[in-house]
Amino acid sequence: MSDNSATQPASPGMAIDDEVIIGLEIHCQLDTRTKLFCGCSTDYRDDPPNTHVCPICLGLPGSLPRVNLKAVEFSLRVGKALNCGIAHEAEFARKNYFYPDLNKGFQITQYDKPIAVKGYLDIEGEDGEKRVRITRVHMEEDPGRLVHKGGADRPKYTLVDYNRAGIPLIEIVTEPDLRSPKEARRFLNKLRATLEYLGVFDSEKEGSLRVDANISIQPKGWFEREGKGKADRGRVEVKNISSYKGVEKALTFEITRQKNLIRRGQKLETATRHFVETRGVTTSSRSKEMEQDYRYFPEPDLRPLRVCDWAAEIMLPELPDARRARFMEQYCCSPIHARTLTGELKLAEFYEKVADIDTALAATWLADTLLGELNYRDMSIVVVPPEQFRELLELLKEGSVTDKTGVEVLRVLLDQLKETGSCEGPRACVDRLGLRVITATPTLAGEDPVVKAAKEAIAEQPQAVADYLAGRKEALNFLVGQVMKKTRGCAKPGDVNTVLANLLEEG
Amino acid sequence: MIEEKDIEHIAMLADIGITKEELPEFTGQFNEILDYFDILDQVEETGASEHELANVFREDEIEPSLPQDEVLANTRDAEDGFFRAPRVM
Amino acid sequence: MASVTFAPDDRYNAFITTLSEAETGPGRLSGIPVAVKDNISTRGIPTTCASRILAGYIPPYDAHVVTLLKREGAAIVGKTNMDEFGMGTTTENSAFGPTLNPADPTRVPGGSSGGSAAAVASGMVRMALGTDTGGSIRCPAAFCGIVGLKPTYGRVSRYGLIAYANSLEQIGPMARSVEDISLLMEVLTTHDSRDSTTISCPYRHTPDPSVRGLKIGVPEEFFGEGVDPRVAAVVWEAVTRLEQQGAEIVTCRMPSMSFALAAYYVTCTSEASSNLARFDGVRYGPQADTRRPWHESFQDQRREGFGAEVRRRIMLGTFALSSGYYGKYYAKAQAARQQVRNDFVRLFRTVDVIAGPTMPTVAFRLGEKTDPLSMYLSDILTVPANLAGVPAISVPCGTSEGLPVGLQVIGQWFRDEKVIDVAAAYEQGASL
Ligand SMILES: [Zn+2]
Repeated sequence: MSDNSATQPASPGMAIDDEVIIGLEIHCQLDTRTKLFCGCSTDYRDDPPNTHVCPICLGLPGSLPRVNLKAVEFSLRVGKALNCGIAHEAEFARKNYFYPDLNKGFQITQYDKPIAVKGYLDIEGEDGEKRVRITRVHMEEDPGRLVHKGGADRPKYTLVDYNRAGIPLIEIVTEPDLRSPKEARRFLNKLRATLEYLGVFDSEKEGSLRVDANISIQPKGWFEREGKGKADRGRVEVKNISSYKGVEKALTFEITRQKNLIRRGQKLETATRHFVETRGVTTSSRSKEMEQDYRYFPEPDLRPLRVCDWAAEIMLPELPDARRARFMEQYCCSPIHARTLTGELKLAEFYEKVADIDTALAATWLADTLLGELNYRDMSIVVVPPEQFRELLELLKEGSVTDKTGVEVLRVLLDQLKETGSCEGPRACVDRLGLRVITATPTLAGEDPVVKAAKEAIAEQPQAVADYLAGRKEALNFLVGQVMKKTRGCAKPGDVNTVLANLLEEG
Repeated sequence: MIEEKDIEHIAMLADIGITKEELPEFTGQFNEILDYFDILDQVEETGASEHELANVFREDEIEPSLPQDEVLANTRDAEDGFFRAPRVM
Repeated sequence: MASVTFAPDDRYNAFITTLSEAETGPGRLSGIPVAVKDNISTRGIPTTCASRILAGYIPPYDAHVVTLLKREGAAIVGKTNMDEFGMGTTTENSAFGPTLNPADPTRVPGGSSGGSAAAVASGMVRMALGTDTGGSIRCPAAFCGIVGLKPTYGRVSRYGLIAYANSLEQIGPMARSVEDISLLMEVLTTHDSRDSTTISCPYRHTPDPSVRGLKIGVPEEFFGEGVDPRVAAVVWEAVTRLEQQGAEIVTCRMPSMSFALAAYYVTCTSEASSNLARFDGVRYGPQADTRRPWHESFQDQRREGFGAEVRRRIMLGTFALSSGYYGKYYAKAQAARQQVRNDFVRLFRTVDVIAGPTMPTVAFRLGEKTDPLSMYLSDILTVPANLAGVPAISVPCGTSEGLPVGLQVIGQWFRDEKVIDVAAAYEQGASL
């Protein structure tokens, strides 16, 4: 890991010879049908509390866990995709602590024998391609969900729903190899894409990914010299980050906070802080964060996993890097388009459904136009019916709509989707709004709408006409704009150019 | 030699709620028992014992969950389908 | 559905819960009243583990063994008294008061399955289920003068057994005759995939009382320090009788006995400290006080809900697993455990079974044992079988001071049939 000299400080005002050190712990829910240790359905999100529970995930006395084969297989896929070594023998262990979201007073996890260790994931770093090392990947069960009730007028208490208890999680721990919030975000995006490509994770599900981040600011080069665990400045663990955007926000906030402390010469204590998503800040954990002693020991109700041979048989699907290379080769995508289009499984699949119309047109309209419009509306690609988008691409390809009206149609359709979940056909939409392209007749006849609009523009803008005739050819662009406005974007810019030039020549 | 403050620490770790009056007796008994456990110091580490049985799995197939009223039948303190627990914040 | 009426004179306090009308059906156990230890979950019937912390808890499901009993038509007539969560050797550590020994009501019945033993010994039921973590079936069987078997670890499903020490304990049969033990084993060993530590190994066997040519190992340690010479004499006589029936007696050594008991107590308390963390008063049991902060409420719950011995063992186990002590206690105990296994492996290369006393003494007087360590020491002869997971049976073999003495026969892994055969041989020889 040698990013030296050229790196910009991650935050303005930071000493040029300091650098940000970030390591992540990511919890992802595995997309199995049933929970990790019982047959309860994982499809709990819209259901009433405590309706997806049984004696096992409720932790009733006498119940015993049983390992979900699929969860193990998914974990092996993740381990392999992250280039990890698969453990000769993995083992479940109990992590003992008392909290009402724990149904048994302990969490079944993996401790000194995780299923996979020592891997890496390549990302686009601040200085080009960067390898982020993975420390370990382990399996564990999700705790239940707590709702905190009461307030000033009422004694406080907690409500507990165990529907989430026992959902299989995979925890992925990185080495502290990330150097900026942007790198952290890119790592997460790449990881998410990888997990989705593996078919083990559904990022659309609320709360399916949670991140804890370790962050410190150290003198440049310190980390390479000293390595982990020897921080001369304290390290903060930010817990409870539950969205992709939140990670960058939380880290940026924390860097500013630490930087200010350092600047004031204050000592930064190693501590745990919580990210408050709504306010975009991290706060000190008030709970007595006394030295936790989890008293790990092997789970006596379960048997070890010896799954090396099985792991070797598992064939991985095409992963984001491979797909990116293929998109460049097969569809001649630009490197930037290829990266964008393969950065999300659903997007890549969407592209391949429409690419046959025109690979370049589809790439541009998908990566540049559609994604922007979706982000603006906070919508996901999954709500867009590919057939409708195909139809729009066809309209564009055959020249039935201009780029400009194409965007307009897209916006109308997306607004309909957002409101009602469905939308009219693009062709119908174009006709309804009268946005079909207007083709100018070469005769310059007065009844031609383009010619009519051009004549109006010439009459209304004598100055521009004069400029043009005086040899300032850029004045034509202004007139073209006027004509486009008058034709509501339905005219082809090329036609308008020709018509205007001819009319002006005629004088 | 375990002292009363050690017992208090263990009781805190175990969240067992020990009273001041119980301390001396627990401490004495602990010392006697731990002295006996010292015999384990003579045991040589023989390397990890291997279970013969491994890879015990179930298929990822949905089994019925309990009806909500049965889930909540053993608490008198349910609220809107949730269990009620003391505050943690 | 037919039913069995049950109205016992429970003068020994053997039961925590009784059912005056118990359902029965067709099957190998049809119409037979069976008592079930109160740490085994029974749907719709309170299951307390003899603890205040489970007061009012009614399981919504049956333990696997209970399902099997019902499937064979057994009438489950009650839930028996025990040491709280199985932690004890006398059945005095019960929130419901001690059980008395039918052989002498001034004595303890042994524990922790003392209620099941007393119910069987007094004739209130023909057979019962007990659980054995470090001798909890064999000790009360010996003290009350009945037969009790701890099956091979992994032969009987623990699903529904409220865990005390998962890696050590097994559910097993208790009865007045070896024949009934054998009958119950046929029922109990139907495989259950819900317990990942079991393998499918159904017991289909008729006891064969011939011991001709059988090699019986007798470890010196089973007759060593701490074993009452009068009890030792009774047991030697029993072993000699097996020799007269044609068995070959081989004296041998079991050096791991010197640390077996320590390994056992470290292991069981460690596991218990984790197992018993779920009783927080949120989902079942006495309701937690939701006006108080979580940790305070949890501490109150445990202080008021658990008896002294349970709290002591939770603390011991917490200590043994805590950072800085794990290596000295828990890890060492596992190494010791492996040595116990190794001893058995070595011995079973030359002998078929191992025999000795079940308990070092006869039943204690009620209230006699007050010091925890001296109580623990009385488990010395029963814990090796649990540490290794091998089957072990206790069969009555005479009396000392007028009180029952048990002969313990320990066998190889999944050869429960063999220890039952030897017990049957002794039983038939003794009745001649
Ligand atoms: Zn469940």
